[in-house]
Amino acid sequence: MTRAARNLVATLTVLATSAPVLALADTIQGGEKRSSVNVTAIIMFLIFVSFTLFITKWAASRTKSAADFYTAGGGITGFQNGMAIAGDYMSAASFLGISGLVFVSGYDGLIYSVGFLVGWPIVLFLIAERLRNLGKFTFADVASYRLQQTPIRLLSAVGTLTVVAFYLIAQMVGAGKLIELLFGLPYGIAVILVGVLMILYVTFGGMLATTWVQIIKACLLLGGATFMALMVLVAFNFSPEAMFKAATEVHPKGIDIMKPGGLVHDPISAISLGLALMFGTAGLPHILMRFFTVADAKAARKSVFYATGFIGYFYILTFIIGFGAITFLMNNPNYFNTEVVDGVTTWDKLTGLIGGSNMAAIHLADAVGGSLFLGFISAVAFATILAVVAGLTLAGASAVSHDLYASVFARGRATDADVIRVSKISTVSLGIIAIILGYLFEKQNVAFMVGLAFSIAASCNFPVLLMSMFWSKLTTRGAFMGGLIGLLSAVIMVILSPAVWVKVMGNPEGTAPFPYDNPALFSMSLAFIGIYAFSMIDHSRNAAKERAAFPAQFVRSNTGLGAEGASAH
Amino acid sequence: MTAPVTDSAYEKISSNPKFQELIAQRAKLARILSILILGIYFGFILLVAYAPGFLGTPLGSGVTTIGVPVGVFVIVAAFVLTGVYVAKANTTFDQMNKEILEDAQR
Repeated sequence: MTRAARNLVATLTVLATSAPVLALADTIQGGEKRSSVNVTAIIMFLIFVSFTLFITKWAASRTKSAADFYTAGGGITGFQNGMAIAGDYMSAASFLGISGLVFVSGYDGLIYSVGFLVGWPIVLFLIAERLRNLGKFTFADVASYRLQQTPIRLLSAVGTLTVVAFYLIAQMVGAGKLIELLFGLPYGIAVILVGVLMILYVTFGGMLATTWVQIIKACLLLGGATFMALMVLVAFNFSPEAMFKAATEVHPKGIDIMKPGGLVHDPISAISLGLALMFGTAGLPHILMRFFTVADAKAARKSVFYATGFIGYFYILTFIIGFGAITFLMNNPNYFNTEVVDGVTTWDKLTGLIGGSNMAAIHLADAVGGSLFLGFISAVAFATILAVVAGLTLAGASAVSHDLYASVFARGRATDADVIRVSKISTVSLGIIAIILGYLFEKQNVAFMVGLAFSIAASCNFPVLLMSMFWSKLTTRGAFMGGLIGLLSAVIMVILSPAVWVKVMGNPEGTAPFPYDNPALFSMSLAFIGIYAFSMIDHSRNAAKERAAFPAQFVRSNTGLGAEGASAH
Repeated sequence: MTAPVTDSAYEKISSNPKFQELIAQRAKLARILSILILGIYFGFILLVAYAPGFLGTPLGSGVTTIGVPVGVFVIVAAFVLTGVYVAKANTTFDQMNKEILEDAQR
């Protein structure tokens, strides 16, 4: 196998395993030299940082109670929340990773985008309004609504922190590599910078500042991507056919980039990956938390509608951007690592892109908009990472302060001031831990981590949440055991899968005890079976009480009677 | 702050036929739309796994394949289905819900 083919297969396998986020970190790890300091990008980024810090200052003056800190007082509108959800969900990895995937393999990138989008209708149809009606600050409020607080909060907090930790490590490592490359800053400094800024946003501005950072980032990202896609389409007189034709003419794989390639190799893997993407979205703690920031169920539904629109639009743009990158970049040696063979300059169109294939969108920014626009897009990529890590940190801090401290440790007797203090301490601690982990994992292959985060969310958080809302016979024992089984089986199967067993631990190819890249099909099934079986055999007095409490919960979840309102401002 | 809700309010709502009607209608719509999006998405994934050749068939004499409009269709369908649900829920269902809550106050 040629080097190019081998790299390609590796990239595809990585992508098939896990969300593109990780692929970002992975490819950037390719160990390219640090680029020179990019002044335009740094100036634009400084403008973004000053502006968002200014917003944080404003948000801090309005963040007084625990409700303000966790949910911005419930005063975010449906449209704003839709934007913020999009900002939380469209990571730098989906922007750079998916356009890079399209650049290398064409059509396969679209298959990925689709998987990331289709979880949203499910969130709307099954989760959003019930979550809003039953919960207050975290999804554990809903899962533990009529169950025993201590075990269910503990389980939910572990589920939340595990998902947040893996997601955060992948983001931090990706961020460090990306910033090193785009801004010419050393990796360590880049990681510290991201950590410090995210601590500032969350500690002082809470959910209000985090929301606005996400909204601004979403506008910048959508604006920048729209401009790039338009410039590409203008070059082809708005004819996608002309663009595709030009791409097939310059791409080494020719017409094959218009067909499904090696992304999905067997149906079990395909379905398992599909389940993880679809139901993982409905179990991501930082996303679920966003539904408590709006006033009522009506606004919660609107949020999903707008978010789905923005995210879907964004994925269509990344598809165009990826094809644009093929046509604009592949014949231009300036964007590639070149070598001179027999007096002729040559470059590898698939693997030779400077900084790796995930830099396709960044180089395209230069090709269509010059160095000024390149600086803009680089700053947007940085802003994107900040918005995502801020949301993750806030979700993690809420699990510690609201679920563990206020509900389990203080048993609901903590004062508002105590809770806020603990939230801030947890935010700073999580930030420092994230910086340390980001630093430690610099040279590690973290590609499997986002895939693992989605699988755990789909196998632990989602089944417990769904059953607590819909199944009257659920008991504490069932939810706890089922959720735990889902969590453990997802982690164990990922460790035994080729993505970790072979690629991270270095065992020989083909020796992985668990043959599929994604565990969701199996770990989700185990979780649901566990929840069902342990609930059915539970004849304790508590179980009877918990079942008897379902009708009242059912009324509240469906009508919003007694639901948390927006706090007065 | 939230007003305390008495058990009798929950019982009143549970036994209100309008509530039963709301639950039935909403469950039906959510079920239909969920089946649609699951069917569309997993149909697409199974096409990718079992019939990549079909998705790779060019449209007419160009290079654009059937897979491109199919993929875009899945994205647009996700958006349209959420729109259908929100349109129905934020008007009809919310109106029914309002009436149910008013009945419970009496």
